[in-house]
Amino acid sequence: MESIINRIDKNQFWKFHGGIHPPEQKFITENKPIRTLPLPKELILPLQQHIGQAGDLLVSVGDTVLKGQPLTSSAHPMAVPIHAPTSGKITAIKDSTIAHPSALKEPCLFIEPDGNDTWVKRNICNDYTKQSDSDLLQKISDAGISGMGGAGFPTYVKANTSAKIEFLIINAAECEPYITADDLLMKEHSPTIVDGINILHQIIKPENVLIGIEDNKPAAIKALQNATKNLDHIRVCIIPTKYPSGGEKQLIQILTGKEIPSGAIPSSQGIVMQNTATCFAIADAVINDIPLIRRVTTVTGLGLNKPQNVWALLGTPVNFLLEQCELHPHDKQRIIMGGPMMGFTLPSGNVPVVKITNCVLAPSAKEISDESTEVECIRCGQCADVCPAQLLPQELQWSAKAKDHQQLETLNLFDCIECGACAYVCPSHIPLVHYYRIGKAEIREHKQQEIKADKAKIRFEARKLRLERDKKAREEKQRKAAEARKAKMNSGTVEANNEMSAVAAALARVKAKKAQTSDTTSQDSTTEAAAKPKNPQIAAAIARAKAKKLANQVTDNSDITAEVDKTVEAKVENETPTENTADDKKSKVAAAIAKAKAKKLAKEQADEKTDVQNEITEETAVNDVSEADSKKAKIAATIAKAKAKKLAKEQVDEKTDDQNEIKEETTVNDVSEADSKKAKIAATIAKAKAKKLAKEQVDEKTDDQNEIIEETSVNDVSEADSKKAKIAATIAKAKAKKLAKEQEAEKSDNSQPDVEDTKAAEKKKRIAEAVAKAKAKKQQRLELN
Amino acid sequence: MAFWIASSPHNHIQNKTSALMRLVIYATLPGIFAQWYFFGWGNLVHISLAIISALVAEFFILSLREKKIPEQIFDGSAILTAILLGISLPALAPWWISILGAAFAIIIVKQLYGGLGHNPFNPAMAGYVMLLISFPVQMTSWQPPLQLLAIDLTFFDTLSVIFTSFTTDGYSMEQIKTHIDGYTMATPLDTVKTNLTLGLTIAESMDSTVIGENFGIGWEWINAGFLAGGLFLIFKKAIDWVTPFSFLFSLFVFSFIAFTFSPDSNASTMFHWFNGACMLGAFFILTDPVSGATSTKGRMIFGALAALLVFLIRKYGGYPEAMAFAVLLCNMSAPLIDQYTRPRTYGHKKEQNAEDNTNA
Repeated sequence: MESIINRIDKNQFWKFHGGIHPPEQKFITENKPIRTLPLPKELILPLQQHIGQAGDLLVSVGDTVLKGQPLTSSAHPMAVPIHAPTSGKITAIKDSTIAHPSALKEPCLFIEPDGNDTWVKRNICNDYTKQSDSDLLQKISDAGISGMGGAGFPTYVKANTSAKIEFLIINAAECEPYITADDLLMKEHSPTIVDGINILHQIIKPENVLIGIEDNKPAAIKALQNATKNLDHIRVCIIPTKYPSGGEKQLIQILTGKEIPSGAIPSSQGIVMQNTATCFAIADAVINDIPLIRRVTTVTGLGLNKPQNVWALLGTPVNFLLEQCELHPHDKQRIIMGGPMMGFTLPSGNVPVVKITNCVLAPSAKEISDESTEVECIRCGQCADVCPAQLLPQELQWSAKAKDHQQLETLNLFDCIECGACAYVCPSHIPLVHYYRIGKAEIREHKQQEIKADKAKIRFEARKLRLERDKKAREEKQRKAAEARKAKMNSGTVEANNEMSAVAAALARVKAKKAQTSDTTSQDSTTEAAAKPKNPQIAAAIARAKAKKLANQVTDNSDITAEVDKTVEAKVENETPTENTADDKKSKVAAAIAKAKAKKLAKEQADEKTDVQNEITEETAVNDVSEADSKKAKIAATIAKAKAKKLAKEQVDEKTDDQNEIKEETTVNDVSEADSKKAKIAATIAKAKAKKLAKEQVDEKTDDQNEIIEETSVNDVSEADSKKAKIAATIAKAKAKKLAKEQEAEKSDNSQPDVEDTKAAEKKKRIAEAVAKAKAKKQQRLELN
Repeated sequence: MAFWIASSPHNHIQNKTSALMRLVIYATLPGIFAQWYFFGWGNLVHISLAIISALVAEFFILSLREKKIPEQIFDGSAILTAILLGISLPALAPWWISILGAAFAIIIVKQLYGGLGHNPFNPAMAGYVMLLISFPVQMTSWQPPLQLLAIDLTFFDTLSVIFTSFTTDGYSMEQIKTHIDGYTMATPLDTVKTNLTLGLTIAESMDSTVIGENFGIGWEWINAGFLAGGLFLIFKKAIDWVTPFSFLFSLFVFSFIAFTFSPDSNASTMFHWFNGACMLGAFFILTDPVSGATSTKGRMIFGALAALLVFLIRKYGGYPEAMAFAVLLCNMSAPLIDQYTRPRTYGHKKEQNAEDNTNA
């Protein structure tokens, strides 16, 4: 530490690597005092003029604002407000080209000055030394001050460092050619700058304050030395002129010999650097309560008749400055904001002066020619010699051209400060910095994409995990629910018993049927009679149709047909009540169809080729049913019925077993497709089968099939659906009737009508019916629950 | 109004590659003048032939590659290559030697590798080595200094020898090389080398007529001329001082060590410095940026390696002169040297850089 100060006191400085000596061209404006310009017709204020965040608007179009009035505010730590540079009216808030190399459009406030330049109320502070640090910082922040050297970092953030600061360095190097803004400011306002430095000193409390100034500004050096004569802690360090000694890292190296590690900020090494113009703005803000609304801008270049330094209000369009300085443009005139080394060209003159605009350069065609044909790199290495970051520009260039991003990063592309020294000296006129910018942008973009891809991947995996978790949870829930149900059923409570009885009832029903078949009973005509009155019209129509049919069939066909017709009749009669609950019309249609089919079938049976055909129809039924569609469903229902009849006949032949099995499968499939319409179909099918089965019981192969049917009915019941439940009930009833009849029909030969048995059967039947109804109700209740 | 858009930096040094080449060409003039003064017109004829050949070859290839011919053909690089080759050739070598050498240097060594900036080898030296290996007789027929010649060698005699192998008076190359006392003269380096194999000491060799009072009649002045030209280039910042310094210093050290150990079998350091193509190589060949190392440390190593090779080949190799071979071998190692001598970037630690290197 001491040695650093000793060296500085001996005027011995360190050297940074490389550097160049471009023509300074400061003579154009260095002797021209800072001129105050008349008010422009319009001011354009970009909402964001610094690194960080834009503030929120405080005003709207049409508002009248006073000079110094804040226009934005923000609680964000990286945001500083902007202020009205003069009094006037806000005419528009819209996107406009901002002072940025990209020439992007960003939100800007347009102010039409009223010419009065009326100030808001200001609080002049006579003695800043009595102010607290936080008050001072607040003032600096409220005044909207951000670094005025080029980067535009909010000043109060830099000043509000908690690190122990050895050196506060004031950057007065102004190393870029042409620019004399800081030079003139120091010549004319050194005492104010020193006030600003003292304010910073008070806040940051550094051990030493170093002002780094290049030796090409003797007048400014003198002015600063005079202003700091009595201040021992401030040292004016006169450093040799070399570009880019005004770079933050370079100036730190020159003055202290320290290097700022890549990626670190100077305060990590106990150093804070501020620009002279920033110091002036701080003093103005703290002492005079003048926010940052103007700055010194050098308007220079041999393309101007009157190059000069001006006090430019922020927001002044560059056109206005060029008019004031009398630009005489040539073809391919370029207007550069900033210096010739690091400045950027403006697309138009409508771009405003902002907080970082220290220079507007309008060179003549001779000064800066646009002719620079790039030729091949000859690896002369001059670029590497001048690079202040000690990079290897020519290797970077090759990698940038080859888009070898990995190699670019290995070569530390991101340590390039884009000072332009390499491109300046390149004998092959390769726009090296341009290649680096492209390379950097590509790498950044690439990284962004990688980050996005990573995020997407993480999101995807999280989703997958979540779905799996949900699935497991669902399964678990279902499993538990099932267990709970079982437990409940076995628990022996009333409810459980009820539930169990539902299942038991279904089983009981089936058993009842079986029992009926084993008990030989006579026909119970009353059952049929009881069923009939429910639908007298239909029944009548059916009866008529049947009568006709029978008449025909009797003439045509054999005994078998007659038998078939009987069964058909029985079936139709049985069906009617069932369908009744659903829809009268449908039931009529179905009945008609059934009849028609019955006739057909009767004929077919006359031929002896029915088996094959039956099989085909069965297949059709399977296909039809699987296609969930109301029309088809209806058709299927009728087909099913028809088949039922057919099958009944086939039972007469002894080949029915296989076919029945197929049918049963069909019904199982049907049932598994949960859909109310289908359910209806299933019901009808079930009915049909029930009839069939009843007949089959006559043969002695029925046991297995019955079991299957039982399953079917159980399935029906288990499909919680009130309609189905009803259907099931009716089915059960129908079956009961059927069974009764069948028992009578088939076993009439060996039956000695046992009245008591018949009665018992009747009772059983009724019980079964009641049980079925009860089940249906229960089912409904369960559903409601 | 709309303004012209360009990328920074906007101002630029008024320096161009062609200007750099021209400067280097000017810097060869003192050496060429010394060559002319001591050895006659031979090299000037060869330089002219080589330039013509190089330009024709360049034109041919550039038109094949559809490049901007007027800009690139006169960027000076081809002419410089031809001049350096012409300087290196034996003064009275046949005409097709320079034509062939220059065409080879431009077409094969330079353009086939991608043209200016992309050639891994120095074109002039690669051309020279090709000639030396392919045509050893013609390429080793060095003409003694004019003052030692028994016959007058006018400009027309020189032309005649180059194009017909005989002077206007009908003398052959062998006769030109023959000393007044009847023995064949060689270059000082050759003389020393041959004498050493014959068992003579260095001190005895130094009495040889071709060596004269110092290190070699004519040769010492030619090298002095190139030294002057090289210093001029360094002064003009056209070339970096590191490579020539490293080379000459290393050569000095190596030869000095050898000379200290065994002065009878090792020539003095100054003999090494002022003979053959030493200065030409140090200031005009090794400093060729395209085929050389780029960082300062790399150039140090590059120069020292060249010096070591020159010393070893001169001392132990089959050829009396070693510059061309040394340069080519160094060209080969330049990318490797560059790889391992990257400077530490500002703000980065040394170790980190070394790691980067191993990763790369």
